[in-house]
Amino acid sequence: MPLQIKRLLIVFAIVIGLFLVLRHFLIPESFGEEGHYRFLAIAENAALEAKYQGEESCKECHNDIVELKLEGLHDVISCESCHGPAHLHNISEESEDILKPGGRDFCGKCHSLNTARSDDYVLQIDIEEHNKGKNCVKCHNPHEPWQ
Amino acid sequence: MAIINNKSPEKDRRKFIKTAGFITGGIVLTSALKPFKIMVFAAKEPEGEGPWYGIGIDIEKCIGCGNCASSCKQENDVPEEPFYFRSWVEKYTIMENEEVIVQAPNGGIDGFDQDVENEDIMKSFFVPKMCNHCHKSPCVQVCPVGATFDSPDGVVLVDQEYCIGCRYCIQACPYGCRYIHPEKKVVDKCTLCYHRIVKGLPPACMDVCPTGARIFGDLRDKKGDLHKFIKKHNCHVLKSHLNTGSKLYYNGLNQEVR
Repeated sequence: MPLQIKRLLIVFAIVIGLFLVLRHFLIPESFGEEGHYRFLAIAENAALEAKYQGEESCKECHNDIVELKLEGLHDVISCESCHGPAHLHNISEESEDILKPGGRDFCGKCHSLNTARSDDYVLQIDIEEHNKGKNCVKCHNPHEPWQ
Repeated sequence: MAIINNKSPEKDRRKFIKTAGFITGGIVLTSALKPFKIMVFAAKEPEGEGPWYGIGIDIEKCIGCGNCASSCKQENDVPEEPFYFRSWVEKYTIMENEEVIVQAPNGGIDGFDQDVENEDIMKSFFVPKMCNHCHKSPCVQVCPVGATFDSPDGVVLVDQEYCIGCRYCIQACPYGCRYIHPEKKVVDKCTLCYHRIVKGLPPACMDVCPTGARIFGDLRDKKGDLHKFIKKHNCHVLKSHLNTGSKLYYNGLNQEVR
């Protein structure tokens, strides 16, 4: 083998070797295990904390109100739909992040007249005319709207 | 003077019939080899085990309360500014004069007002939008570093540790479902609340929906709710012509919806 080819081969071997070493250090752990991504990223995504805790967690202390709600027209609506996420409240009862919304704007988000809303799924009222100026929750208990 | 013309009309006709015969025969033969199939689902499930998630949205049931959009922001720490959304609601109003108005003030979080007269409206409806969790996602294909991927259970996720924030996927997504997180400087998108579904909880937007307009489920489970939903309704996916393999099935999707 001519000398110049031998030298070239040595240079090639060094470059390829360097590339392999660099590649080893640059590619993160678990990359390529299941596809062209870092497999650990799935576990990282899954490890985040859930903030909306579900009705079951409300039942532990407020069973009476949950039962009341389940008998009325708002039965299918989750507690946290109106009261907001419960995770902080579940850690400490004193936490004040539980919402107690009311008022014409809030109720109107579902119940104000709008052509785009189907009558089959929500009762609509003319929020401009219906008992002007009064807070909805003064007459309607949101946990049992028709009592 | 005689006109020299070698081609007789008779020969031309023969040639035409011959070529036409070959082409038609060829098409018939190829279709016999690989028959055309009706595509019931926009994406065919890959081989494997475990759940393969998809979503169903019933447009008729959506009342535009915006609970989904606001709960998504709270659950996933999406910035409050009215242009960062993982999930939002659009209101389509098709006027009698065929004008189409699309509105999504603050993604629907503050509710929707009706600013046109009832008599002028031909049709009006809400369209909740979110990531379509496509099986052949353009966003996954363009990522130069492999920071966004289709998980084995069919959820398109982002590896925020690995993302370089190049914004290529934002351009690639035909549904506008991605944004750059202003603090993290990496891309953010709907994960179908992956941290919730692995714990057996529904995604936040579906948990708080007052009418049950959204459902999610395992497309491999032939007895599951989502399969029943697609069976019962005539569902469409958004921009099916782009062949993204979307797994978000809409019932009652109007063709004006983009």
